[in-house]
Amino acid sequence: MAGRYEIRFSGSGGQGMILAGIIMAEAASIYDTKNVVQSQSYGPESRGGASKAEVIISEDPIDYPKATSIDCMLAMTQEACSKYYKDIKKDGILLVDSEEVKNVPEGEFSVYTFPIIATARDKLGKTIVANIISLGIITELTGIVTRNAMEKAVLSRVPPAFLELNKKALHIGFEKGLELKKG
Amino acid sequence: MAEKKRILLQGNEACAEGALYAGCRFFAGYPITPSTEVAEALSVKLPKAGGKFIQMEDEIASISAIIGASLAGVKSMTATSGPGFSLKQEGIGFACLAEVPCVIVNVMRGGPSTGYPTGPGQADVMQARWGTHGDHPVIALTPAYVQEILFETVRAFNLAEKYRTPVMILYDEIVGHMREPIVLPEPGEIEVVDRVKPTCPPEEYFPYDERYEIAPLAAYGEGYRFHVTGLNHRQDGFPTNDPATIQEGIKRIIRKIENNRDDIMKNEEFHLDDAEICILAYGSTARSGREAVKIAREKGIKVGLLRPLTLWPFPEDTIREVSKRARVVVVPEMNLGQIVYEVERCADCEVVGIHRVDGEPITPAQIIEVMERYK
Repeated sequence: MAGRYEIRFSGSGGQGMILAGIIMAEAASIYDTKNVVQSQSYGPESRGGASKAEVIISEDPIDYPKATSIDCMLAMTQEACSKYYKDIKKDGILLVDSEEVKNVPEGEFSVYTFPIIATARDKLGKTIVANIISLGIITELTGIVTRNAMEKAVLSRVPPAFLELNKKALHIGFEKGLELKKG
Repeated sequence: MAEKKRILLQGNEACAEGALYAGCRFFAGYPITPSTEVAEALSVKLPKAGGKFIQMEDEIASISAIIGASLAGVKSMTATSGPGFSLKQEGIGFACLAEVPCVIVNVMRGGPSTGYPTGPGQADVMQARWGTHGDHPVIALTPAYVQEILFETVRAFNLAEKYRTPVMILYDEIVGHMREPIVLPEPGEIEVVDRVKPTCPPEEYFPYDERYEIAPLAAYGEGYRFHVTGLNHRQDGFPTNDPATIQEGIKRIIRKIENNRDDIMKNEEFHLDDAEICILAYGSTARSGREAVKIAREKGIKVGLLRPLTLWPFPEDTIREVSKRARVVVVPEMNLGQIVYEVERCADCEVVGIHRVDGEPITPAQIIEVMERYK
């Protein structure tokens, strides 16, 4: 990889976007060996409101910590999608939850749609793992971290009682990511 | 040697790790965004390290508590953000005059007043210098990277102990909340300074002994009886209205910092040698500045970065030196113009500010746009 790779996780406060950013940062920097900066922006509310977490990944030291030319963005709500998609770069990736984001923006980037929250609810009975499914999909769509690094990062961040649940969620994400990539 | 394990830490968590490494064993604070994680981390880790953590009823109580703990011989710290920093000014002045070592962390958010709690700001830098009334010494450090926050927190304690003075650590919300992989230093790997204690018998002890520029500081409870006050005082710590003693006391607490600038000052210089344009920036804005230098150098623009890690005392001599070679000094800061005026005071060339208070960072592109006008 050359230069900076920028990922933005966006959604509503409480959807685990910041945790997704932290896990991606750990996968890339601790379990893979790249440089990362993870930052976030959120409002004063503890639930709701558009929130975003960003991860910059690079072989070189990273100075500017915020995303300006995004390689991959996840949008889990319409509000976040509309507010934050404009920084996606040419040939970048936009992944949206197809049930939440009905008005998908157009641009010179690839759009992937998938019912992420519904899948978490229907297949695992817990919408709370939607962010982990997203991480699986993004791992496959971007190839920016290895499956192995991502799995280690996810499992090191979740409580022991929920290891299996999160592992299943991640693997659903990996499979869907592969399918989406093949088109 | 085996490669040490990297861990992903938040800036605020790194500050807590630095405090523990430096030997801080007392924290008193009142939670406030975006500094709360410093207190959270220390509330878990301090008791395990044999220290004490207390959440006080407010910010004035917090700084008063750390002054008390420090006088009892324990390295102490508090952390806050703008609104709390305003309240702590009274205690900061007391610690300056009474010469009590302590560390005050201000994770800067948007102001004034309650302002923008979750957004970054750099508008407390002059408050750090002049927020408490009267002539007083100030040391303030401005780290910009997570690993650096750890190191600079240790340095803050070292300076506080060495010079018997409060030391402030100023970083903004972006740096406080960002996560980067860092390596925790091993014990002994970086220098830790402890305060000088008296060796004389208790009956001969003066807390402001006139024979010293910085007198040894006894700990309450170790047999040394002494008086501490916010009034101008004699060497025994009791109040005075003798003009000569008052003036010498104030001059000495300022002189002890000014005379030791070589030890206290610290800058990063990046591509400055042949720079025709100099960016002077601190905190997260310096990261934008560094990025701007890298991009502009590729375009052939001769630009460099001067990044003070010690913002107070102000790096006057370095700026004078750099500005003799540069055509312009560009000062980006997340306020409407504070440090830029200090730079104007010292620089031998044109000075231009870039200012922003909308809670968004100053981008490299914004800095490059201004530099293009001067290339």
